[in-house]
Amino acid sequence: MTKIWANYRFLIARRFVQIGLMLLYAAGNYWGWSFLQGNLSSSSILGVIPLSDPFAAMQMFAAGAVITTNLIVGALIITVAYGLVGGRVFCSWVCPVNVITDAANFLRRKLGFNQIQKKQPASRSVRYWVLGLSLVLSYILGVTAFEFISPISITHRAIIFGLGLGWTAMLVIFLFDLFILKNGWCGHICPLGGFYGTIGKVGLIRVDHDEEKCTACMKCKEVCPESQVLFMVSKSSEQILDGACTNCGRCVEVCDDDALNFSIRKLAKEKIKNENDK
Amino acid sequence: MVSSRRKFILGTARAAGLVALGGLVWSAYVDEVTANSLILRPPGALKEEDFLSTCIKCGMCVEACPFDTLVLAGPGDNKPLGTPFFIPRDIPCYMCPDIPCVPVCPTGALDIASVSTNGELDINKSQMGVAIVDDKNCIAFWGIQCDACYRACPLMDEAISLKYEKNERTGKHAFLKPIVNSDICTGCGLCERACVTKEAAINILPREVVLGKVGDHYIKGWDKADEKRLENAEAISTKTRLSEESAMDSLNSGLEGLLDD
Repeated sequence: MTKIWANYRFLIARRFVQIGLMLLYAAGNYWGWSFLQGNLSSSSILGVIPLSDPFAAMQMFAAGAVITTNLIVGALIITVAYGLVGGRVFCSWVCPVNVITDAANFLRRKLGFNQIQKKQPASRSVRYWVLGLSLVLSYILGVTAFEFISPISITHRAIIFGLGLGWTAMLVIFLFDLFILKNGWCGHICPLGGFYGTIGKVGLIRVDHDEEKCTACMKCKEVCPESQVLFMVSKSSEQILDGACTNCGRCVEVCDDDALNFSIRKLAKEKIKNENDK
Repeated sequence: MVSSRRKFILGTARAAGLVALGGLVWSAYVDEVTANSLILRPPGALKEEDFLSTCIKCGMCVEACPFDTLVLAGPGDNKPLGTPFFIPRDIPCYMCPDIPCVPVCPTGALDIASVSTNGELDINKSQMGVAIVDDKNCIAFWGIQCDACYRACPLMDEAISLKYEKNERTGKHAFLKPIVNSDICTGCGLCERACVTKEAAINILPREVVLGKVGDHYIKGWDKADEKRLENAEAISTKTRLSEESAMDSLNSGLEGLLDD
């Protein structure tokens, strides 16, 4: 039992947060709870504190919409909060699509698809192209282009406001990640992930790797949804500073050697000092 | 060396190709879905074009609506995804005096100023749509007594009034014909909801779909107020390029061939 807790503690915590937030939003819609109203695109806490998706706000700006103070404040709060924490915390701790793609990835591992399809035919930088394209199309078409097709929004709206045909979008993402491309949606295409990866680069909470304790079992790389960020594993002791890291904590909990742990980002001076000490 | 350069060029071309393909499909979809103009928006909504760029699709208006009138477009509705709309025949807008759906909008896609008079919320100013009577299928126009829409209208005798006319067929009855005043009608849809025919004979449609616009060429000369409408009228001057040849040449040219025969 303790082993299960040790190996899944962050996963359990993440599911708790993800499902809890969706329940609060749904309660806001169905029973009028005021704690969280709206959805992940824009919401308000207790009807006072505004929260807004900064990427949606950028698309609105590109589309030529008049931006309200409420929206700017909401988008700033979100940007600063995720920027401070760091990594793509939104992706692994908040976004409901993460549950779907994690499920697909889990099945891939169990069914051994990863051994058959070793080569990944797509580049992970596609998401930055999609990010750029979202803004360009928003400008040209005068609408918030990504918000019109976003499977993330379809999913959270389906959960909060009623399912309808929203399950089709969820199924498509699940099948895509299961059969076509490992970590396909979240790790390759999603521009929102690319956006949060960019603002989360400077964040404070980082996973730290201790090479001396590492036994090179590579369990961490197997579970990591962005395994390229763990390039230093068994090679050198350093923090994972790549913005693509979602801070999901899977690598920390599967490590049996205590070689990976959450830490506070080392500031520049400290880093130099550490290097001098060596 | 050459190999890595070729790799780079190919990689870039591949990315550009993917972007072009994705952008084309994506914009085609957005274009298609925004072309649907038969959507009724909540009170205070901006013009459809501005509404689509400003609505963040958070659904807070939907949550605020006490009658569940407003719904968010989902996949399969063939409407811009996630935007709020209502179907009056199912649930009309009940015109709450405090308009709970509008002030909660975080982006101003629902504009408080457009539904306020002197800083006070005034639902009667909203323009969600306009009621159109299908007089061929309205039983009041047949001569059967029905004033369901008239009585359902929250602005009775203003937005819908009854026009009395003699029924020549019977010679002793009156028509009570419902007439909509599109200046007053808010498009709440209570009339459409109340209509007794199998398919409603009075329907709410978006104002920009059905209302005409006179433009600057005509004026109500008997109405002083109508001059205001033309205050910013602009004159259009057209210039036709005059032929430099003489008119006689023009009349007489082209006959050479006839004379030859």
